[in-house]
Amino acid sequence: MIKTSAAEMAQSLASGATTSVALTQAHLDQISKVDGNVHAFLHVDTEGALKQAADADAARARGEKLSPLAGVPLALKDVLAQKGIPTTCGSKILEGWRPPYDSTVVSKLKSAGIVILGKTNMDEFAMGSSTENSAYGPTHNPWDLTRIPGGSGGGSSAALAAFEAPLAIGTDTGGSIRQPAAVTGTVGVKPTYGGVSRYGLVAFSSSLDQAGPCARTVLDTALLHEVIAGHDPKDSTSINAPVPQVVAAAKSGDVKGMKIGVVKELNGDGYQSGVRQRFEEALELLAQAGAEIVEVSAPNFEYALAAYYLIAPSEASSNLARFDAMRYGLRVGDKDGASAESVMNMTREVGFGREVKRRILLGTYALSSGYYDAYYGSAQKVRTLITQDFNNAFMKCDVMVSPTCPTTAFKIGEKTNDPLAMYLNDIATIPVNMAGIGGMSLPCGVAPEDGLPVGFQIMSPVMQDQRMYSVGASLEASLLSKWGAPLLSQAPSLGGAA
Amino acid sequence: MSSLSRDDVANLARLARIEMTDQELENLTTEFGVILNAVARVQEVATQDIAATSHPLALTNIFRNDVVIPSLTPEEALSGAPASEEQRFRVPQILGEEA
Repeated sequence: MIKTSAAEMAQSLASGATTSVALTQAHLDQISKVDGNVHAFLHVDTEGALKQAADADAARARGEKLSPLAGVPLALKDVLAQKGIPTTCGSKILEGWRPPYDSTVVSKLKSAGIVILGKTNMDEFAMGSSTENSAYGPTHNPWDLTRIPGGSGGGSSAALAAFEAPLAIGTDTGGSIRQPAAVTGTVGVKPTYGGVSRYGLVAFSSSLDQAGPCARTVLDTALLHEVIAGHDPKDSTSINAPVPQVVAAAKSGDVKGMKIGVVKELNGDGYQSGVRQRFEEALELLAQAGAEIVEVSAPNFEYALAAYYLIAPSEASSNLARFDAMRYGLRVGDKDGASAESVMNMTREVGFGREVKRRILLGTYALSSGYYDAYYGSAQKVRTLITQDFNNAFMKCDVMVSPTCPTTAFKIGEKTNDPLAMYLNDIATIPVNMAGIGGMSLPCGVAPEDGLPVGFQIMSPVMQDQRMYSVGASLEASLLSKWGAPLLSQAPSLGGAA
Repeated sequence: MSSLSRDDVANLARLARIEMTDQELENLTTEFGVILNAVARVQEVATQDIAATSHPLALTNIFRNDVVIPSLTPEEALSGAPASEEQRFRVPQILGEEA
């Protein structure tokens, strides 16, 4: 039962073939079996999940009109506030904090009757590409437990790949939904910036952060997308416009006549050969399905990584100033006579990990008087150039595509001492965040040389998210008929997994 | 411009209110040399005629009517406080006077 899609689970619930309590219990059992090895979860809310499941079953028994995913379980990234449930952001500075309110994403999940199983592991404050920066230890990739599951949302993607949950929520500032999806053989979408409310999403880089849906199929991702999207008066950067019709697009999967632009600069040198091979094969399948493949150029993308590592740390240095040991979270050194400043200094030293400190200091530098124009100011100009590159390319195509990541999942520990090598993981995902457009990653096979999943990235213009779902659904269907079974059926079975 | 001394890094840590160990400062000084060289590439294309983008959306101020809406109770607002007293956050001394 746990290996089917969320849409199929919803059907079984609607037909009465199973109950939400049974479905939730099956996932809790799977978590008990495999999460000792995977470590996707930081907190499992067994009691709360079973209660929500019982509520969903009761509402169904009363004949209430239910949302399409009512009663289906979900894993929530630990960066979103859920009332009364520990929310750490993978940081010691928030250990033990229980938010007194729900984020808008959580409110919408609850209204839809979706069962929240627990909170998933992540790089501290979403800063990282491997979950190795979590203060609570890394998550392991279900395809190979010695490898990273991507990051920052590695817990959410690993939970999907290990069949601990059929749905998950991630957040994507520079690729934190798409890169984990790519390296775990799952699907993840970063909606258009402003498409999903950021209220209750602990801020890392406010002009880049976006919550989004993760699942094992394109349709499941679309169903979850429509649950969490929409205008929110509590988020001043939320777009007040109708939600793109992503479910309809995922169901039709029609790409006839669509122009698909292959980004010249996001391929070639630095991309693993198996990644390039699977990407090229996917393009062929899309052409066979009736799409026209064209080449587009984005000459300024090569500066995106540099600009990102100025803009995101700058915004982070400001956002993370709120962790001051005064109103919530950790407080260290509050002895008689200690000043507020010394308590702040000590708390932030103990509470923040290495990467978070590195980025706070980098941001502090980039924003400091005398260097602002050279660093932060220049990065903002690069942001303009990247947006122009997208605008120019979208005049020649409907969506743009590239491999999601240059390589498959690397070994845990391989890049922890080389921040620049780690940052290079996000080279193909970052431009999307800079321009605020939509991006999806879906699996397009395993690399022949290492047997690990490869991600295919689709990028669509602002508030045209339905386009990436059409293309994703078409490619997924072609691949499924080629393989005969979903990609995850090729993953090694985990200890004790059913 | 893209190299920082250990004292520069120590000053940044002070500004960011993080009390760092000597070892941390040393590591960061080395790492910053590499990282700043890499990010300084933005200066190659950021010419004067290009406008800066601070945000992906064209933001405008949003107003709402000044009416009371439900919000957190004092107990809820203080529920995560490291210390509280009489419905207030209790904080260490802020001014330099003796306790």
